[in-house]
Amino acid sequence: MIRGDRIFGVCMIVLALGYILSASGIQTSFMSDPVGPRAFPYMVAGVVILTSVVMILRPDPDQEWPAGPMLGQLAIALAVLAGYAKAISPLGFLIPTAIAAGVLSWQIGGRPVRAAIAGIGLSVGLFVLFRVILGLGLRGLPSGMGF
Amino acid sequence: MDILSNLAMGLSIALSPYTLVLAIVGCFVGTIIGALPGLGPSNGVALLIPISFSLGLDAISALVLLTSVYYGAMYGGRISSILLNIPGDEPAMMTTLDGYPMARQGMAGEALVVSGVASFVGAFLATVGLMVFAPYLARVAYQFGPAEYFALYMLAFCTLGGIGSSNQAKAALAAAIGLAIAMIGLDKTTGMPRFTFGELHLMDGVDFLVAIVGLFAVAEIFHFIESHGRDSAIGVKLGKILVPWKMLRQTSGAMLRGSGIGFIAGVLPGAGASLGSFLAYMGEKSAASDKDSFGRGNPRGVAAPEAGNNAAAGGALVPMLTLGVPGSGTTAVLLALLLTLNITPGPLLFTERPEVVWSLIASLLVANVVLLLMNVPMVKVFVKILSVPAWVLLPGVTMIAFVGIYSLTGSSFDMLMMVGFGVLGYVMRKLDIPTVPVILGILLGNSMEDNLRRAMVLSDGDWTYLFSSPIALGLWIAAIMGFVAPIFLRRFLKKPPLPATDPTLNED
Repeated sequence: MIRGDRIFGVCMIVLALGYILSASGIQTSFMSDPVGPRAFPYMVAGVVILTSVVMILRPDPDQEWPAGPMLGQLAIALAVLAGYAKAISPLGFLIPTAIAAGVLSWQIGGRPVRAAIAGIGLSVGLFVLFRVILGLGLRGLPSGMGF
Repeated sequence: MDILSNLAMGLSIALSPYTLVLAIVGCFVGTIIGALPGLGPSNGVALLIPISFSLGLDAISALVLLTSVYYGAMYGGRISSILLNIPGDEPAMMTTLDGYPMARQGMAGEALVVSGVASFVGAFLATVGLMVFAPYLARVAYQFGPAEYFALYMLAFCTLGGIGSSNQAKAALAAAIGLAIAMIGLDKTTGMPRFTFGELHLMDGVDFLVAIVGLFAVAEIFHFIESHGRDSAIGVKLGKILVPWKMLRQTSGAMLRGSGIGFIAGVLPGAGASLGSFLAYMGEKSAASDKDSFGRGNPRGVAAPEAGNNAAAGGALVPMLTLGVPGSGTTAVLLALLLTLNITPGPLLFTERPEVVWSLIASLLVANVVLLLMNVPMVKVFVKILSVPAWVLLPGVTMIAFVGIYSLTGSSFDMLMMVGFGVLGYVMRKLDIPTVPVILGILLGNSMEDNLRRAMVLSDGDWTYLFSSPIALGLWIAAIMGFVAPIFLRRFLKKPPLPATDPTLNED
């Protein structure tokens, strides 16, 4: 039983139908053209549905998907990256970067102490590189704490 | 001579000290990016676009810096191919076939020199080819109307899907996903929002840099965590590097042939450097009298694909600059760079902003010389950098990706979207769906729709107008051929397997 391609194909068909629904609600203004703003999205959604059907009918052999602990690891990485995206604005560059880089380093290389050093080192090193040498507008610490 | 006076003008810009420093920095960074496994040219250039943009570099400086990175990455890819049997980037895959066996026989130094010189020959000839052919193609492109451009975009998607991927349906799906994403935002003609769901952040559309960095760099992180850095074998020793003049003479024919094949492959839209090196290798092998020695450390098997992939990298700039249609993933990223800098590639670029085109070409020539000097005598420096452990490198790359997008847009929404694209890229890679067509779709989607609608305005809604001119018709036929023919050719173009890695070398 081949699953990966088929599941993806079904998801894409559902998304394409939603896309068509959303496209049908696009308003046209008085200054329109023969094609209008809906036709091209309809065509694109049509291609998505057509190719998804091909994927469902003639799937390629499945790849090995991560399971159990590895799935957990990937979820941790995802959470760290999403959290980092949220945290960098209010908390500044240094602290979130040290944590995120440290966690990723631990996930790749194991050894928590080494990973913590890598995280802190990268955080400080990149801050010096981007802020001090290249002059990008980064804030180092949470607002109101200097830098 | 028109070309020479233009080139002199370009060189006067490219040889100014500031630009020269940028080119040298770009070459250095690029070679490192190319050499590190998992960080290819597309990845590297994508990471650096937001940063160079936030640095406030002007258009020419940014262009010089990033095309130097692009060429540098093409040179760098061979280093890990030869020493580690791991292609530093996809186009360098063919170099492993003979490069790694050469290294096993104690000829790593020779292989590096031969491939470095081959890279130089390929890239140099391709840059000359670019100078000769690009203005000519730009003149042809003047005759392109909306119908021709629409057909041209179809051609790019079709050949990319047909040649670059093993499953046409998946490539077409990827392109359609990209086009669908490009539709998000305000419709240019009517000014009405599409697919924004009331989200203000989406009014401007999805920034292609967010998508590129997400699909390439962030997806790589997930992939790397899963593979546990298996592919980062380190600990290479390299003896003294001597220039093997005799070997260079023997392989000079292979270099020239490889450059020619690679350049042509690069000019075809959608083909790109991977195909260039593949065809160059296969061509050299089938023309050789000693076919058996290929795959066992034949220097010509190193020279041909390296010349091929670097020539293709230069050739890919021809359609990118003259028509605005990229030939590969990396040129798609370079197109993103031009659009970020508000430079619209196309025939008008050559007449209206010749200083941009010619300083770019001149700096490619300069970058090439710098790269040759860097990559032959100084190759040891890069070998040292290869031994940066993955647990420092990858978190570092991730943080650079975030810093780039953050300093460009300053919004968490965009960074979250980048992470989302990372997940999408990971899933697509798992399912063997190519991600480059998605990028191309996002980049070209709006102008593709725009051209379609303008064509319909011109013809007052008559769809046969799309096939009415000979150029358009020719492009449509080429597009269909490019999409369908590989199904039949695939049997003959099977990729040879990678040479087996000696397992004892990969333990650390």
